[in-house]
Amino acid sequence: MVAVATPPKEAARKAEAPTAFGGYWRRNQLKLAPWLFLAPGAAMFLLYVIFPIVQSFQISFYEWDGLGAKEWVGLRNYEELWWDDAFYTSLRNNVIWLVLYLLAIPAGLFIALFLNQTVAGIRIYKSLFFFPFVISQVVVGLVFAWFYDPTFGLFNELLGVFGLGPVAVLGDPDLVTYGIIAAGLWPQTAYCMILYLTGLNAVDPEQIEAGRLDGAKGWRMLWYVVLPQLRPATFIAFVVTIIGALRSFDLVSVMTAGGPFGESRVLAYYMFEVALSEYGFRMGYGAAIAVVLFLIMMIYIAFFLTKMYRDEKGV
Amino acid sequence: MPIAKTTLAALAAATMLVGLAGPASAQQEPLTGDLRIFLDTSNPAPRATMEDMIARFQEMHPDLAIETTIIDREAYKTQLRNFLSANAPDVATWHAGNRMAPYVEAGLLEDVSDLWDEETSRLLASSKASMTIDGKQWGVPYTYYQWGVYYREDLFQQYGLSEPETWDQFKDNCQTLLDNGVKCFAIGTKFLWTAAGWFDYINLRTNGYEFHMDLTAGRVPWTDERVRATFANWRELIDMNAYIDNHTSYSWQEALPFMVQGDAAMYLMGNFVVAPLREAGLTDDQIGFHQFPAIDDSIPMAEDAPTDTFHIPAQAQNKEAARAFLRYVVDAENQSIINAQLGQLPINSAATIEDDEFLAEGFEMLSNAHALAQFFDRDAPAEMAKAGMEGFQEFMVRPDNLDAILQRLERVRQRVY
Repeated sequence: MVAVATPPKEAARKAEAPTAFGGYWRRNQLKLAPWLFLAPGAAMFLLYVIFPIVQSFQISFYEWDGLGAKEWVGLRNYEELWWDDAFYTSLRNNVIWLVLYLLAIPAGLFIALFLNQTVAGIRIYKSLFFFPFVISQVVVGLVFAWFYDPTFGLFNELLGVFGLGPVAVLGDPDLVTYGIIAAGLWPQTAYCMILYLTGLNAVDPEQIEAGRLDGAKGWRMLWYVVLPQLRPATFIAFVVTIIGALRSFDLVSVMTAGGPFGESRVLAYYMFEVALSEYGFRMGYGAAIAVVLFLIMMIYIAFFLTKMYRDEKGV
Repeated sequence: MPIAKTTLAALAAATMLVGLAGPASAQQEPLTGDLRIFLDTSNPAPRATMEDMIARFQEMHPDLAIETTIIDREAYKTQLRNFLSANAPDVATWHAGNRMAPYVEAGLLEDVSDLWDEETSRLLASSKASMTIDGKQWGVPYTYYQWGVYYREDLFQQYGLSEPETWDQFKDNCQTLLDNGVKCFAIGTKFLWTAAGWFDYINLRTNGYEFHMDLTAGRVPWTDERVRATFANWRELIDMNAYIDNHTSYSWQEALPFMVQGDAAMYLMGNFVVAPLREAGLTDDQIGFHQFPAIDDSIPMAEDAPTDTFHIPAQAQNKEAARAFLRYVVDAENQSIINAQLGQLPINSAATIEDDEFLAEGFEMLSNAHALAQFFDRDAPAEMAKAGMEGFQEFMVRPDNLDAILQRLERVRQRVY
């Protein structure tokens, strides 16, 4: 802060011959500087985030194939959504994703606690556990698609050992969403694990020591001493996992393309299918789906922002 | 200034003279400038064929700078509308029928009716209707191929089966195979369109070509009794367990091993299935082909035969060269060469057909066909096609949902048309 407050030479020279603008600048420099620094980022944000959002709202009131003239249809796209079975399937799947994806948080915490030791070669184990987060989601999808293959896949070989199967996970309308979520949990767990490992580094050893003197160990130690200190990590893990679940798209696209008969669709994929895929090109309808997804996300974003705001004010 | 004007006038006059001289001499004029060609023929064999063809065209027109871009077949489908409306090439591949309709309606394709003079129209007669919208032609065809039932001849011999001509024989064959632990049909419905082949054929055989066209054109409700009759026939096969298990997990290629290993005996597919079957080690003695059998004797037999085409985008820069290229594409000699390489059938009736048992059989079948359908997703508009194919796949897994499926399709029909 001090560095900013000291007027640079340039400003000092200007102060000698004050113009109307120079005087204004000098008086408000502290207030204006942050906005100047923010300007490029804010411009990008406006152009590539806010503007498309507004545009999506706008397009959702039109019937448009992306080529010809737009036709104003008012709320008809939303009315159609109301009657669209595929939309409810996607919505239901999004909810399933949202709930099951949260498993990544306790799983990540568990692995982090397990790996938070000083043993020879622990870094290798940590890297191995973190590895799935590094590879592309598309590759994860492909690997799991092979794993699930009903005739040649490892999964059914494993089931065979117990005298079960074969099960066509990705071909079965009842199982397919769970199969894809399981694939998604693999990298997401690694992500949460890393967040917790970083958080564990910051755990105060003195408090642990104090807890130990008071006779806390095992679950009680974890619950009353360690977890409260991990709260920031938990919060971030919660946010990224929820956002990750809501924007799930790539795994669905790679593993099943929404099939069989649309049973594994999620909102983001359905939007893509309707608006941009081979048989789609209904921009208005796609935009309407995007708007719904945006509003759902908005709940979490609002929660996230108010929490941040309150925490910052608390400091 | 006056000098420049005179030059311009002279140039204009010269251009007009060339224009007036007519196509005969225009073809003699050497072509210059750039010719940008976009292709969706990304599989190895068609890719090589097209590159060959363009190389031969280049030899004829050495002054032309030809630039070829080959785009992955699936990606091409989504990119087409982008590059047609901005930065269009001079020539682009696509499909006939309803698949080109949105682009014609949006004014993105060039009217090439002038290429369809009397002689060309006679030679390409079989596909003229599918290239025509509003009485004009919007591209030229270069190949088509038959659909039908490919089967394991050796398995048929082993179990004493013969090529079926009626629906009952077809089912009897299937029952014999099932009794011996062999599935009747390989199919992979992951990408949906394979199921549409079955719908096309059973509907064409149950209700006939005219009805099928009415249905895909949206003139018949999906809840019609005749549509139900089609699904009832289809259900007979489904209830027999005639199809391989878990077909929703496979693409059509991934379902091939079932036929190659003899776990399934038949595959309803386009002629492009022959090449991968041969590559997988089956000899021609082991592969047989027969027409999809009749279900109702009173209905004339129509076939699926999708046509692939070349078009000139409306925004093309070098339309003169593009027209010359399209003229070359439909040329009988050229079509003989490229279709021999593609393993498909030439559209030009003066072209010769490669000596291949499947092509010969297919050509004979198509020549005697009552009419040719393009394929479900090319006859029906895109949205209807998508909903329809999804419904077919669902029906193959859960035939009891038929009522719900048909009602859904009917809702889509009322919105789309």
